[in-house]
Amino acid sequence: MGNDKLKRTFMRYVFAMIRGLRISLGQFLRKPVTIQYPEVKAPINPRFRGEHRLTSDEHGHMKCVACFMCATACPAECIHIEAEAAPEDWGDRDKIPKVFDIDMLRCIYCGYCVEACPKEAIEMTNKVPRVYDNREDFIYDIHKLLKN
Amino acid sequence: MEIFLPLLIKSAVALAVMLTIVPNLVWMERKVSARIQRRIGPNRMGPAGLLQTAMDGIKLLFKEQFRPKGADRWIYLAAPIVTFLPGLIAFGLIPMGLYVPAEGEVVPIVVANIDLAIVVIFAISSIASYGVAYAGWSSGNQYAMLGGIRACAQLVSYEIVLGLALVATVMMTGTFSLVDIVQNQAGFFTEWNWIPAWNIFAQPFTFVLFLIAAFAETNRAPFDLAEAEQELVGGYHTEYGGIRFGWFMFGEYAALWTMSSLIVALFLGGWTLPGVVLPDGVVGAFFGVGIHCAKVILLIFFFMWVRWTMPRVRWDQLMGLGWNKLIPLGVANIFLTIAIIEWFFVERPEVQAAIGVLK
Repeated sequence: MGNDKLKRTFMRYVFAMIRGLRISLGQFLRKPVTIQYPEVKAPINPRFRGEHRLTSDEHGHMKCVACFMCATACPAECIHIEAEAAPEDWGDRDKIPKVFDIDMLRCIYCGYCVEACPKEAIEMTNKVPRVYDNREDFIYDIHKLLKN
Repeated sequence: MEIFLPLLIKSAVALAVMLTIVPNLVWMERKVSARIQRRIGPNRMGPAGLLQTAMDGIKLLFKEQFRPKGADRWIYLAAPIVTFLPGLIAFGLIPMGLYVPAEGEVVPIVVANIDLAIVVIFAISSIASYGVAYAGWSSGNQYAMLGGIRACAQLVSYEIVLGLALVATVMMTGTFSLVDIVQNQAGFFTEWNWIPAWNIFAQPFTFVLFLIAAFAETNRAPFDLAEAEQELVGGYHTEYGGIRFGWFMFGEYAALWTMSSLIVALFLGGWTLPGVVLPDGVVGAFFGVGIHCAKVILLIFFFMWVRWTMPRVRWDQLMGLGWNKLIPLGVANIFLTIAIIEWFFVERPEVQAAIGVLK
């Protein structure tokens, strides 16, 4: 074994091993990054697109005017709206939705409905989509969406 | 009866100590690996997850004990026991401390204090390779068989290195008794009185050889080819479930503790700490055992640190390292030690005696 080869071997293996040990010791001394999930939740970005919500104005009326823009924009076709005449005393619109269902199983959480809405009546919350044990519960009706 | 009763009591105590140590070693391994990977590790059962291993053990106890159809019945059943007993027996031969009841009297804290302790330890821990080979052979499973063959060849090859490294140490100290070897390492060197008189400083090269061989002997990464999960499913214990697998696990960690204790006693000064004079009586003995265990735990931390850092070597690399490099280096080390002893330490009569035997 030539002197050069010996030196190269030494550099390649022994020093590499010592370097590796130093790196793993450095990691050992740093704080763990684990988040203890059920007790501690990971911080969610404010722009996270979670479950939908229907918003209300200052009178407590829902902002939605049943214009069908969101249903039209929806690529997954998961929004089902049936309109009816708005109550006379509201005075600021002609229509309100009688039925506003979102099928959460079909929704792809793209946020196009929020973009399409002219009244800012629908928005997306930070809530992680929930899980149920039957398909019916995944269809959120107007009351659930207003309370979300 | 007067001879056997104290031995029986001591053995029972040693068994209890070992049964306490091993789950905590498993816990420690999981914690160390977790921290190196920046996880937290077990933290649900008991304080800091300490009871996790005990719970796992209970789970293993209650699991179904199945036996594969192609298995060779008695060998299959014997293999776990043959694997975990040697570590246990060797543990009883390594002194953990010294109890000095009165001036001049010395009682080592060990099950059996025999003059040829090292030789007996080596003889017994070689039996562990039988257990691994039995398990691989009797399972009737090709993966287990491959693991068993690998483990067997590896253990046999690296035992030679271990023995060669040991010869150098024994020549240096001139005794086979672990108690004497540890006591030789007390205090500082006479010439350089700031270096502890531990064998690691007297023979750093032997220590490195011994350490590498110890990694291979305890079947730990980077030499854990016998249970290379990616290649062999589970290695030699593929076909074992329940508490039988638990015994293999137990044997692995018992061997780890025993090997570390041996290295501490041989190279790292055992229960002595330079500059610290232990008081006589129970307190001194207690602190001696504490120092020994602290050293062993630090060394085991090193073993674990290496395991979670190094990738596994290839089979031909392992054998090449063993036969082509470490064994020649071990022989060279013996001659180097002889030369050094001849040139520098001939005035020590007990060393002279050892050299005389070799001539």
